[in-house]
Amino acid sequence: MAAPAANRSNNAKLVLLGDAGAGKSSLVLRFVKNQFIEFQESTIGAAFFSQTLSVDDASVKFDIWDTAGQERYHSLAPMYYRGAAAAIIVYDITNQASFDRAKKWVQELLVQGSPSTIMALAGNKADILDARRVSEAQRYALDNGLLFMETSAKTAMNQRSSFKANQHKALQE
Amino acid sequence: MKGYCGARLFRLQTILQVWERRERGRGGLSAIECGAYRHRVIRAVVGKCETKLPTPGLSLRLHAMDEEYDVIVLGTGLKECILSGLLSVNGLKVLHMDRNDYYGGESTSLNLVQLWKRFRGDDKPPESLGASKEYNVDMIPKFMMANGALVRVLIHTNVTKYLNFKAVDGNFVYNKGKIYKVPATDVEALKSTLMGLFEKRRARKFFIYVQDYEEEDPKSHEGLDLNKVKTRDLIAKYGLDDNTVDFIGHALALHPDDSYLDEPAMDTVKRMKLYSESLARFQGGSPHIYPLYGLGELPQGFARLSAVYGGTYMLNKPECKVEFDASGKAYGVTSEGETVKGKKILCDPSYLPDKVQKVGRVARAICIMSHPIPNTSDSHSAQVILPQKQLGRKSDMYLFCCSYAHNVAPKGKYIAFVSTEAETDKPEVELKPGIDLLGPVDEIFFDMYDRYEPINKGEEDNCFISTSYDATTHFESTVQDVIAMYSKITGKVILLFQVLDLTVDLSAASAAAEE
Ligand SMILES: Cc1cc2nc3c(=O)[nH]c(=O)nc-3n(C[C@H](O)[C@H](O)[C@H](O)COP(=O)(O)OP(=O)(O)OC[C@H]3O[C@@H](n4cnc5c(N)ncnc54)[C@H](O)[C@@H]3O)c2cc1C
Ligand SMILES: Nc1nc2c(ncn2[C@@H]2O[C@H](COP(=O)(O)OP(=O)(O)O)[C@@H](O)[C@H]2O)c(=O)[nH]1
Ligand SMILES: [Mg+2]
Repeated sequence: MAAPAANRSNNAKLVLLGDAGAGKSSLVLRFVKNQFIEFQESTIGAAFFSQTLSVDDASVKFDIWDTAGQERYHSLAPMYYRGAAAAIIVYDITNQASFDRAKKWVQELLVQGSPSTIMALAGNKADILDARRVSEAQRYALDNGLLFMETSAKTAMNQRSSFKANQHKALQE
Repeated sequence: MKGYCGARLFRLQTILQVWERRERGRGGLSAIECGAYRHRVIRAVVGKCETKLPTPGLSLRLHAMDEEYDVIVLGTGLKECILSGLLSVNGLKVLHMDRNDYYGGESTSLNLVQLWKRFRGDDKPPESLGASKEYNVDMIPKFMMANGALVRVLIHTNVTKYLNFKAVDGNFVYNKGKIYKVPATDVEALKSTLMGLFEKRRARKFFIYVQDYEEEDPKSHEGLDLNKVKTRDLIAKYGLDDNTVDFIGHALALHPDDSYLDEPAMDTVKRMKLYSESLARFQGGSPHIYPLYGLGELPQGFARLSAVYGGTYMLNKPECKVEFDASGKAYGVTSEGETVKGKKILCDPSYLPDKVQKVGRVARAICIMSHPIPNTSDSHSAQVILPQKQLGRKSDMYLFCCSYAHNVAPKGKYIAFVSTEAETDKPEVELKPGIDLLGPVDEIFFDMYDRYEPINKGEEDNCFISTSYDATTHFESTVQDVIAMYSKITGKVILLFQVLDLTVDLSAASAAAEE
């Protein structure tokens, strides 16, 4: 049967969730191609990437799903996060509403998702600290048992480790 | 806001007010946050950079609603989603809206709470049935032929990579009060208990003729022109008895009634070949496959395809009223006071009730059970076809069963459907022969729904309306309708059966092998 968590061949579905503009696509681009594009228009035809990461001597092939913009009008299909081994929920640290939206995603996953999906909360755009609006995220992550870190797709801070942390956990499960 | 005034700004402000009322009504953002957003939207619009705004919902909707689309699609049923995907891939600008807050329209799959809400009003599902979210109950249940048209579209569009399929365990036919496995090849014919010894040999000869038949190879035709010879006469040549004809016509060739007997035999021979090719594909007990988590995954998969190719998605849009100009041509769609412009409108019958007519009615029963359908070799998924003649009806009846093995119910639970084209107003009575085959059920729901087809001409009013999911049809006619609509809308033709490389493997293959 299709187990949601990483399977024998260590294939794992990883999805990005979060408000439009939080930087999901930018984080994926940084992770997969190590690039950052300031005014990135949504790329047509690209919302599915594969990347293999190894930790210690195990490796995981991530199938990374981006939202294809369906989150914009709150029309993301449940199929999107179905069977995900890991979900990275991204918000923009300079935008309170994006954090509120992230909390809604956490709730939706807790209620509708599979209990074996590992969740990580990523506060993105950590390079623009002086405009920070969100500071309660660490506490929230702790309370809800989420992995947490602040990231920047722009400077590449922490973003690789946010994918890695997920993988570590996926392997342990 | 200097230099930016007049009607457009006024409209923008009105829209922002409507948005704020809604946002605060649903307990989303606070007044201060809303105010901040209103400011940002207006600043951005003035600065002509509306797409860059990370506002949830509105700033971007404003942008999206301001554009003109090649096609506006209403309803997210399977047909609409396949079309939306194909159109977006073809480079057209698509806006796809649905009045519901979920995907799938009539062809959605419901969890237990939704199922109860639809059929039992305020009652709550009993706890003994398990967790609501583990149920995915199809509203239009069907299996897919492993080599059929829908599978070809899935492979053609690469939507297979979003979904997982698994082979269906068994395919059965009802004959004189008993259930038999459908024999589909010469080898199976010899093993089947459905036929007597001599009949088996005759059936085997017929199967070999069909298996060897190649349209391009006249030697395989044995002197018959199947485009002229009636099915009845071809069958007579092999001396098959009525029972055999019945299961060949209904369970193998999937004809919903007996009119095929007087049609040229070519169609039936092709259908039989499709059946055995599908059967061979996964070496399972049936020619069918079915997606994990239910058919509701299919429209979602095609919607994602459309979005990946630039389609814009908006669920939960009330009303969705199609707007017409003085000459009766549709030019846009209004929802929540905003009108979006679109050159063509594509929708299911429920969005344009004045342009469709009722053509039939389906009666069905949806059952939750704790066991497989009796006498189906404990199949976790199966269908049983009850040919019309066996029941003294005008159209066939179908049993469909799926279970936790396809992730549509919690462990130990089975979902069964009994359905047919309605011939009376009493589904309880009409469906009884099928329901009696199920054994005890935990819960049963009866339902009837009307089927519609369009009566308009798309070239005259820019409206392209799909036909309702039909009792007497299946995914084959679903895909035929989709392909015909695609050609009408784009003027292009899809030749599915020529282009597609069926050697591409479905994830179903591996899922089946895992068993
Ligand atoms: C009330 C009702 C309920 C039904 N319930 C079920 C059910 O529960 N399970 C089920 O499997 N079927 C059911 N059917 C029948 C079903 O609609 C299809 O006949 C069957 O599933 C065919 O599979 P498909 O649509 O995946 O084939 P497709 O993937 O569409 O491929 C079929 C291919 O085979 C050929 N073909 C097969 N049948 C036909 C046909 N009738 N007309 C034209 N070409 C055809 C075509 O070449 C076509 O490409 C029901 C029918 C009715 C009336
Ligand atoms: N400064 C900064 N900008 C970012 C960062 N990540 C994304 N952005 C910008 O935020 C905007 C939205 O990013 P995008 O990846 O499209 O967000 P998505 O809608 O969540 O996929 C783009 O203009 C990005 O350039 C980041 O870490 N720092
Ligand atoms: Mg994006």
